[in-house]
Amino acid sequence: MNNPQLNKNGKLQHLLTTEGLPAPILLKILDTAESFVGVTQRDIKKVPLLRGKAIFNLFFEPSTRTRTTFEIAAKRLSADIVNLNIAASSQSKGETMLDTVNNLSAMNADMFIVRHSQSGAAHLIARHVRPEIHVINAGDGRHAHPTQALLDMFTIRRYKRDFHNLRVAIVGDILHSRVARSQIHALTTLGVPEVRVISPKTLLPTKVERLGVHVYHDMEQGLKDVDVVLMLRLQNERMLGARLPSAEEYFKHYGLTQEKLALAKHDAIVMHPGPMNRGIEIDSAVADGKQSVILPQVTFGIAVRMAVMAILAGN
Amino acid sequence: MRILIKDGRVIDPENGMDAVNDVYIVAGKIVAVGDGPDSFQANHVINARGLVVCPGLVDLSVRLREPGLQYKATLESEMKAAAAGGVTSLACPPDTDPPLDEPGLVEMLKDRARSLNQAHVYPIGALTQGLKGERLTEMAELHEAGCVAFSQSDKLLLGSRVMMQAMQYASTFNFRVWLRPEDDGIADSGVAHDGEVATRLGLPAVPVCAETIALSKIILIAKGTGAKVHLCRISSAEGVAMVREARQQGLPITCDVAVNHIHLSEMDISFFDSNCHLIPPLRGISDRDALRSGLVDGTIDAVCSDHAPVDEDAKLVPFGESEAGATCIELLLSLVLKWAEEINIPLAVAVAKVTSEPAKILGVEAGDLSVGAAADLCIFDPEQHWRVEASMLRSQGKNTPFLGMELQGKVKYTLANGIIVYED
Repeated sequence: MNNPQLNKNGKLQHLLTTEGLPAPILLKILDTAESFVGVTQRDIKKVPLLRGKAIFNLFFEPSTRTRTTFEIAAKRLSADIVNLNIAASSQSKGETMLDTVNNLSAMNADMFIVRHSQSGAAHLIARHVRPEIHVINAGDGRHAHPTQALLDMFTIRRYKRDFHNLRVAIVGDILHSRVARSQIHALTTLGVPEVRVISPKTLLPTKVERLGVHVYHDMEQGLKDVDVVLMLRLQNERMLGARLPSAEEYFKHYGLTQEKLALAKHDAIVMHPGPMNRGIEIDSAVADGKQSVILPQVTFGIAVRMAVMAILAGN
Repeated sequence: MRILIKDGRVIDPENGMDAVNDVYIVAGKIVAVGDGPDSFQANHVINARGLVVCPGLVDLSVRLREPGLQYKATLESEMKAAAAGGVTSLACPPDTDPPLDEPGLVEMLKDRARSLNQAHVYPIGALTQGLKGERLTEMAELHEAGCVAFSQSDKLLLGSRVMMQAMQYASTFNFRVWLRPEDDGIADSGVAHDGEVATRLGLPAVPVCAETIALSKIILIAKGTGAKVHLCRISSAEGVAMVREARQQGLPITCDVAVNHIHLSEMDISFFDSNCHLIPPLRGISDRDALRSGLVDGTIDAVCSDHAPVDEDAKLVPFGESEAGATCIELLLSLVLKWAEEINIPLAVAVAKVTSEPAKILGVEAGDLSVGAAADLCIFDPEQHWRVEASMLRSQGKNTPFLGMELQGKVKYTLANGIIVYED
């Protein structure tokens, strides 16, 4: 099976998923991001690395946070970035996704950042564009959200230094979560010896253990002695069907409270990809507490996205 | 017109023949196999030395896309494809637009097909009006118009009561009901097998129990009503086991499988290959293996192409939004031969799965080379390799998971009613 993300020389051509990417490539992104953290903290937060490059934020699904962080990252690299909120424009006029991409390619795009509600959308675009164009997946359906996972890895490394002695728990709606899938692949590739998922059975995909994780349905058992707790967002619509009875019952069993967090290691960190549902998957006391690194995640997210863009543009 | 097919290896499973022989055709009928009639003067001689001569293929599921869906394919294009695939009899499901739920539509389709003078077309009528699963169609009328059986096509949108009554009513007239076992509520909007690959790719999934729940319902109702049931395109190992058990009980149940499903599994979806978006979904490798052995032991009677031409644009979208289906009628023979070679079974057994066996399910005179039968034949080179290229497919649909692959076994001639409708 050819890895569609790598070019002939084994270098990163697109960033579509963390699955199948060798550890050295993941680490190179994290290392490059380290050098950009300094840039983002300076008075003049700009480097000329991507000057003259045209980057398109192609968002077929609404998003504020991810789109904004990509935009900031591109601007700090001096690229020209154009935001297209396609959910509200050409798609409603009947233009297909690939036609939109073709049109933008004709405007000499160098890079596409793609968000779409369907799994595989970024792969399809990557397969379709001219070879000099790079595609970054900013979230496709339930499949992947690699830059989120990479910024999570970056944050974990910042606080825990080494991946090789960690226990990490991912808590919540694994079934529908592209973030969880990308986290799992990144964690296992980077050598985390024990990755746990904690979820009710209705929110777990079939055979998830094949991805290399240990499954827990009891959060108290699952959090025992972990170093990192990765919380997932619970979409409100999950309560509409028969997957969950109520937000209250979910919070009682799978919401992160100080009491439950106390079962983890005393220096465990708590992360969340945002936006948070306080009182549904996470208690405010934890979200704002001293073990929370949720805001640093956001800061690092810009450096990590700068790193991904810079590496792709250089390959 | 008098045709002599000389020196071919004649494989006629129904008559237990597998030997080098000559086949004599007069006025569209087979008049002799072996020694010809005295003073036979052929107008046309086909030298079949080194080739296999077998009955024209009988395909239980071919979407011709007429009426109503001509942007995907037309009767002309798909009948040409059928001829190129060696298919001389085909059943078309009622999921056209409008569905085949009125005698007029069926007659029109049969007339159009007849005028093309190629394969015999056997429409499957809609079991319920508009395929909505509420009210029964006029099955007896539809039968007179040419429907050979009744089905709900791809979706089993039937409540248990409607299913029972539909099967009771059909069995009143001894009609066979064709059902693809899938519980609509459980399948929901799934697009891939509920397994490792859907989990990895984040695709909405169809669990195996969507098939087994529907199967148990169908089998129990068949038992209660005595209705003859044909199960279309079974997909799972558990499903095969249930059908095997039901048949052991002596229930009048037959079963087919789509040829893609005896070769491919969920793994072939790879990185979202929308050509592998099929209905039912490609399942696990153990399911595929169970389908193969079910075919060998006779639990599954026949292999169909489940030919479903889809226009290119409908596949050039993300996997979950893509239209399901594959063009397949031109690959059917080669893929059945591939199966036979891989599991090392006699050619005649494989040929039966696409000729005599499906003909029995259809209940039509086809699928054999008996003297007096219509001269529907497929003559193929079992050794010739060919590469599946979009440009050489006659079907309007170019969507197949086998694109670019090398296959063995090439149709050289197809005869329908004694007319050469395809020559390679």
